[in-house]
Amino acid sequence: MRYLPKSRAERDAMLAAIGVKSIDDLFSSIPERYRLHEALKLPGPYAEAEIIRYFKDRAGENSLGHTSFLGAGVYNHLRSVVTDTIIQRGEFLTSYTPYQAEIAQGTLQAIFEFQTLVCQLTGQEVANASMWDGSTATTEAVLMAERITRRRRVLVARSLHPQYRDVLRTYGRNSGLEVEEVRFGADGALDQSGLQSMLRDDVAALVVQSPNFFGAIESVAELADGLRASGALLVVAVTEGVSLGLVRPPAEADIVALEGQSFGLPPSYGGPFVGVIATQQKFVRQMPGRLAGQAADSQGRRGFVLTLAAREQHIRREKATSNICTNQALCALAATVHLTLLGKEGLREMAEQNLSKAQFALSELLKIPDIRRAFDAPFFNEFTIVLPRSVEAVNEQLLKERIVGPLALDFLYPEMPNHGLVCVTETTTRADIEKFASGLRLACAVAWEVR
Amino acid sequence: MSDRITKASRHVTQNEGLIFEKSSPGKRAFDLPPLDVPAADPRKTLGRNHRSEGVSGFPEVSEIEVLRHFTRLSTWNYAIDLGMYPLGSCTMKYNPRVNEFVARLPGIATEHPLQPRGLSQGCLKILQLLEQCLLEITGMDAITLQPAAGAQGELTGLLLIRAYLEGQGNARKKVLVPDSAHGTNPATAVIAGYEVENIRSDSHGQVDVEKLRELVTEDVAALMITNPSTLGIFEQRISDIVAILHAKGALLYMDGANMNALAGVARPGDFGVDVMHLNLHKTFSTPHGGGGPGAGPVAMKKILEPFRPIPVLVEKAEGELALEQDRPHSIGRVKAFSGNFGVLVRALAYILAYGPDIRQATEDAVLNANYIRRHLAGVFELPYSLPSMHEVVFSDAIQKKNGVSTMDIAKRLIDYGFHPYTTAFPLIVPGALMIEPTESESKEECDLFIDAMRSIAEEAATNPELVKSAPHTTRINRLDEVTAARKPILRWKSGRI
Repeated sequence: MRYLPKSRAERDAMLAAIGVKSIDDLFSSIPERYRLHEALKLPGPYAEAEIIRYFKDRAGENSLGHTSFLGAGVYNHLRSVVTDTIIQRGEFLTSYTPYQAEIAQGTLQAIFEFQTLVCQLTGQEVANASMWDGSTATTEAVLMAERITRRRRVLVARSLHPQYRDVLRTYGRNSGLEVEEVRFGADGALDQSGLQSMLRDDVAALVVQSPNFFGAIESVAELADGLRASGALLVVAVTEGVSLGLVRPPAEADIVALEGQSFGLPPSYGGPFVGVIATQQKFVRQMPGRLAGQAADSQGRRGFVLTLAAREQHIRREKATSNICTNQALCALAATVHLTLLGKEGLREMAEQNLSKAQFALSELLKIPDIRRAFDAPFFNEFTIVLPRSVEAVNEQLLKERIVGPLALDFLYPEMPNHGLVCVTETTTRADIEKFASGLRLACAVAWEVR
Repeated sequence: MSDRITKASRHVTQNEGLIFEKSSPGKRAFDLPPLDVPAADPRKTLGRNHRSEGVSGFPEVSEIEVLRHFTRLSTWNYAIDLGMYPLGSCTMKYNPRVNEFVARLPGIATEHPLQPRGLSQGCLKILQLLEQCLLEITGMDAITLQPAAGAQGELTGLLLIRAYLEGQGNARKKVLVPDSAHGTNPATAVIAGYEVENIRSDSHGQVDVEKLRELVTEDVAALMITNPSTLGIFEQRISDIVAILHAKGALLYMDGANMNALAGVARPGDFGVDVMHLNLHKTFSTPHGGGGPGAGPVAMKKILEPFRPIPVLVEKAEGELALEQDRPHSIGRVKAFSGNFGVLVRALAYILAYGPDIRQATEDAVLNANYIRRHLAGVFELPYSLPSMHEVVFSDAIQKKNGVSTMDIAKRLIDYGFHPYTTAFPLIVPGALMIEPTESESKEECDLFIDAMRSIAEEAATNPELVKSAPHTTRINRLDEVTAARKPILRWKSGRI
């Protein structure tokens, strides 16, 4: 087997040195009746070429050749080949969690840079080394708010990503959280009067997403003002990180839960991505996850270490702030490299292109009779439209043109029949948008006739 | 450089500051294709939400500077690609490069998790085949690939147990955790809403079966064991443990961190485990990447199947695969979308490379650990003498007499060209040296490691200061972690050095 570095003679020599006759002797501590005597029924062994062929065949059964207008928490963005070149260096790819700081300075300094970039993006004071994804980061942010406020009621915007709300409910069910939903208003943003009626002094946190699931940008500063008297914390989830290049950062939030997939990570059918929690300095000891900090050695040289570990499971066990151990370090490195490549100007330009293309797409779609915009709050690169009939039926027509159309919202929001969520990024060309618009015009007309 | 050190020599590495310190306004390393639609005016469209000043402090550098920056940083890391990484419990094995290649294929990396089922059959077939392979390896009945890492797998497993027991009328109060367990076990039990009761190991480092018999009452939901344990020893009385739990209606959870000792040799499903997680970034070779990402699939017996987290992979009529969201008894969703798919792809590529020969990998892993044990026993104290499987745990009791601790020996190992073993864990061994070579090490590499450890033991006896002040060959020496934690500096700010 090509991955195993031993010849038969070497194995025999090692067995002899140990003083046993056969390899089976080394498994004698497993009760005999539990030892397998037949080979497992597994496909393989495959040569490298066979493995590649298997996965190429599977790739051919997916969506290659289609143009997609899906976003909803996972975004198609340009990525430089430099990012993958760096993260495939064995020194990053095949190293462990940097507990041994003297031989892990590369990883540690990169984490420190990641934490800094996230602070700059979000307007927060500290950020951790990563969480599993945006959904678990949001949940951990809520658990953190619960610890800080010692309160149990959590108000969650109905416009927070439905799958993020699901994850929060799964975790919250057994930690005594009471989760209540806050409506969205006619403009698609949080209904602030509805919020005020739900606010009492037992609320741990309000959780909003901005831009929210419908694409609407929330007024974070106003929400923070509105919460202040109640003592509840404001948790802001950001699923589309590129928006931070152009949209005011959620600096007034107490905790930000960011999904960093947009920063150099491919959609990869849903993961691995990179969540991260950013917050204010005063809450740092209640944060979950690893943190890299600056330190000096005995010669006064600057270095970096994992720090404030007294929050973590390997030290605190059942009293830890979270059970997270393995995180998404390599994805955080990809985000760090990607953001460094983009830099200040590149990120702004990418964000401006998203905004411009989404605006253009909306104006093209609104030329189609019977299509209207669902909400009028400002948006970044996603917006919600209302079609003359079911989004599913329209999408079936679009698929014939090799277009993956809007995400149908009626399964997620029964109160929103015929609503579809459209995402347009810098990767979408004008020709894609025009083809989509004409396909949609036709699909709506056909769908109309069928009815 | 001592002539005892044969594996490594010194070489020059480049100095490199923080990227923010290299920044100069106007430089950039990324160009976009020109905008092909009318430019929107962000002030108009975003109004007061417009971030007109851009992201303050963001780096401004060129492409070559980015490449050099991160390449220089990379040279400061130790890695599997450089040599043995004997971290016990972490299973630092070779990360095959074909796995990286296939995970990045167009049609794999490019796929959106919400795209129509008809355009996702390739992804779903990959998930199905991986599920089948992992069930065959574990001997279990059902599986979920959703959890993002081992700790999330543990939580998923305990929530399954809770849902099942609730269905029986009582979720119960306590989870038992051996004192040799990973820290994630007790931390997870609390999130699942259980009290943690620690159970002491017996004089052989095994679960104290008599003590267990006393502790297991109708209040106990489950015992979380690691098997082989964190000492690298198979639980001899596993069938008694299972019987005691099941007699009281409690279930057995197995932390699969040490599955590298069992794959192809024995199956947890056969020896009575009710639910377990796997760490694909350990046993199934997906890269650790400096701390992640991983994946923590959870395999279970039939009784727990109805409670699996959504989405659940199902086969529809005519063989079409689908991710089902509507499952009335499900514990809910543990992560957005569908698991760490890219990690799952890599794990399947690993399994396909071995097929049934995965047993050979397990045998080589156990062979290496026993070979090292044979050569170091006596040089270092072996606190528990039962047979080792894939890892061996020594203590620093002999070296402690000269004031040299496991951490000192670990740091000195760096000078010899190796990554340290796991120090000070499991907690039941004071001053533990936990060594897991994995199957990826040749006899030659094992011999070099043994020579290095023997040499350090000698240094600890004759020149303890040399060991206590190690490492001597790294860019920096031991960092002041106390000050770093007392006055944390967690981000760069302009003006600070």
